[in-house]
Amino acid sequence: MSFINYSAREIILKIVYYGPGLSGKTTNIKYVHGATNPDARGNLITLETKAERTLFFDFLPLSLPPIRGFKTRLHLYTVPGQLFYSASRKLILKGADGVVFVADSQAERFEANLIALEDMKENLAEYGFDIERIPFVIQYNKRDLDNVTPVEELRAALNPWGVPDFEASAAADGGPGVFDTLKAVVKIIVRDLKNTK
Amino acid sequence: MNPRIVIFEEEQKQLEELCVRLMRDSLAKAIFLLDRNGQIIVAIGDISGIDTTSLASLVAGTTAATSSLAKLLGEEEFPVHFHEGKRDNLHISLVDSEHILTIVFDQRSSLGLVRLRVKKASERLVEVFKVLSDKQSREANSNVFNEITDEDIDNFFSF
Repeated sequence: MSFINYSAREIILKIVYYGPGLSGKTTNIKYVHGATNPDARGNLITLETKAERTLFFDFLPLSLPPIRGFKTRLHLYTVPGQLFYSASRKLILKGADGVVFVADSQAERFEANLIALEDMKENLAEYGFDIERIPFVIQYNKRDLDNVTPVEELRAALNPWGVPDFEASAAADGGPGVFDTLKAVVKIIVRDLKNTK
Repeated sequence: MNPRIVIFEEEQKQLEELCVRLMRDSLAKAIFLLDRNGQIIVAIGDISGIDTTSLASLVAGTTAATSSLAKLLGEEEFPVHFHEGKRDNLHISLVDSEHILTIVFDQRSSLGLVRLRVKKASERLVEVFKVLSDKQSREANSNVFNEITDEDIDNFFSF
């Protein structure tokens, strides 16, 4: 739910990183945090278990250059990927302007990706959102590891809609694909808002 | 697509004035008025040294979790929750279904006083939000995003 404050000349967009447990959602936003100019980012909040698994959410506020006199801010959230945190995932998805689905490319996580995507579709539907209409991109993460499923296979299973999708290695040096994914979803959100009357 | 929340200058001023009055009447240290997604509408008082963006997102998170707890127990809502610290306390309440009022107060005030003042102020805040909501519906066609070009979008990530 985009937030526009004419008094503060400010636009805020909420982007949620969704995906199965350990697919690299937190790693994505930690990379963004580390690679962004300190002036353009706020504090990274991680609510995690002692074993460093996301318990509720991670949160990173980012500032983009002003456009048309409006300060533009992104609020990035991750959901907890583990299956039993379903209730929390649903809460965090509420009000999202756009969604990034972070898939785990490892062959043994193929099924987990499908389950998480189905879970996301259901949660979106409960808020009255259609996955085909909400700004949405997919990231095939961990491409740097061995034993990864070919992108074509992942695409066939996870992206029947043909939404923009990206290969990434969020934990690797230079975080290839991380910013491409984020830029793509922001562009789709803004274009979508532009066309919304 | 998601509906959008728009705050106009006139209502922003009214909301700020109501919060200033509430802060004075409740002897609070700081007041944050947020939407349920954690966007700050008003932040006043002794907020130096507080990461207000993080505070807002965490208040929204805890409010969402509290609301789900209420539903699990068959309650429609837990409209108020309270955190007591050694020095400062946090009183969080729902103004209406979409807005959250957060009061930080210390020993100079009391829970009773804060509750009383919050209740009265919330009624007035609801009135302003109602006006704002009507205005948003009327002015739905004035879209700030219309002026943004594809080039602007491409230049977004210059950092």
